[in-house]
Amino acid sequence: MECVFGLVGNGFAIVAADTSAVHSILVHKNNEDKIMVLDSHKLIAASGEPGDRVQFTEYVQKNVSLYQFRNGIPLTTAAAANFTRGELATALRKVTSFPTLSYELRGVRNPYSVNILMAGYDKEAGASLYYIDYIATLHKVDKGAFGYGSYFSLSTMDRHYRSDMSVEEAIELVDKCILEIRSRLVIAPPNFVIKIVDKDGAREHAWRQSVQDVTTASV
Amino acid sequence: MSIFEYNGSAVVAMVGKNCFAIASDRRLGVQLQTIATDFQRISKIHDRVFIALSGLATDVQTLYQRLVFRHKLYQLREERDMKPETFASLVSAILYEKRFGPYLCQPVIAGLGEDDKPFICTMDSIGAKELAKDFVVSGTASESLYGACEAMYKPDMEAEELFETISQALLSSVDRDCLSGWGGHVYVVTPTEIKERILKGRMD
Repeated sequence: MECVFGLVGNGFAIVAADTSAVHSILVHKNNEDKIMVLDSHKLIAASGEPGDRVQFTEYVQKNVSLYQFRNGIPLTTAAAANFTRGELATALRKVTSFPTLSYELRGVRNPYSVNILMAGYDKEAGASLYYIDYIATLHKVDKGAFGYGSYFSLSTMDRHYRSDMSVEEAIELVDKCILEIRSRLVIAPPNFVIKIVDKDGAREHAWRQSVQDVTTASV
Repeated sequence: MSIFEYNGSAVVAMVGKNCFAIASDRRLGVQLQTIATDFQRISKIHDRVFIALSGLATDVQTLYQRLVFRHKLYQLREERDMKPETFASLVSAILYEKRFGPYLCQPVIAGLGEDDKPFICTMDSIGAKELAKDFVVSGTASESLYGACEAMYKPDMEAEELFETISQALLSSVDRDCLSGWGGHVYVVTPTEIKERILKGRMD
């Protein structure tokens, strides 16, 4: 039931993600930030299996930093997206060995079950959004979404999206999508986080909370 | 649903008089949902050889990267471009290498060989080459494409007529297939020029 979606506007890209950490029928927490700041001008919004989501996005973040340390310049968004796709594609078919009859039983690694929307801003290319699904399909898009929420958010964005939207108009569209998800998805996540990336960098823009975490102290 | 039908695709290539045309649809989907309507399935290897890959999009992208790499290496070593027949054999070998864990793609290769003689071929996901003198098809809409091409094809068409024929065959076939469509992408290649055109068909 994880909802992640994003769109590109006039000189910026916005991504929104739900913030529920769910295990079967239990909601562990409802303020889990699923949008990682990759570097100063990149965001990764990831959805999928929680362990893979955190481990893989951190792995990408550290490698992006390593490139910057080694080469003195940051990766472009396209390069970071292609690096991410490469790692997912390699893991997709990595087979360590067939189990042998002897004591060693090295199992097959399974692919990372993470779907990613990577948003970034480069001086030359402007704002861009990359759709990378868990089997390493990469595509540059103007609007993208993952999860059950995508059935509602993609259609809403198709209806109202224009390529030269301002930040205010884009936030209105994001709010329309969140409203649609909340009203039409059966176990709709209550809270969302919205992050934006533009020439001034990647940062958190807003939260949309309908349920706050309650601590025992306040009860 | 078969894994070959996960993303949806339609690809066709036709032979004309000293020219060839290669066309594909533009939809990138995830089963029933459409993700993008501008997905590139046809890639230029060099000015006289094109490859279009249908099937699972992730393998289309991986295979394309591997083939471009191999061709660049060939260019460095041989100081010339690959002939289309040679390139087809290379693709076949690369696909068979993964015989027991294959790339889930079916390529269509088209090129101009010696004396500007057009060459087309297709292969299955493990590299079984299928040469043809007239047309080759691949993808989720392949059955419709076979019918449409058989009906519309004539030998020795000039570039303009070939473009019309392949476009009509592609659009009418993808209209009967829910997983492919959203326009078309056609390259018509003659010894002197490469013409790339985008078709607007039923956008659904």
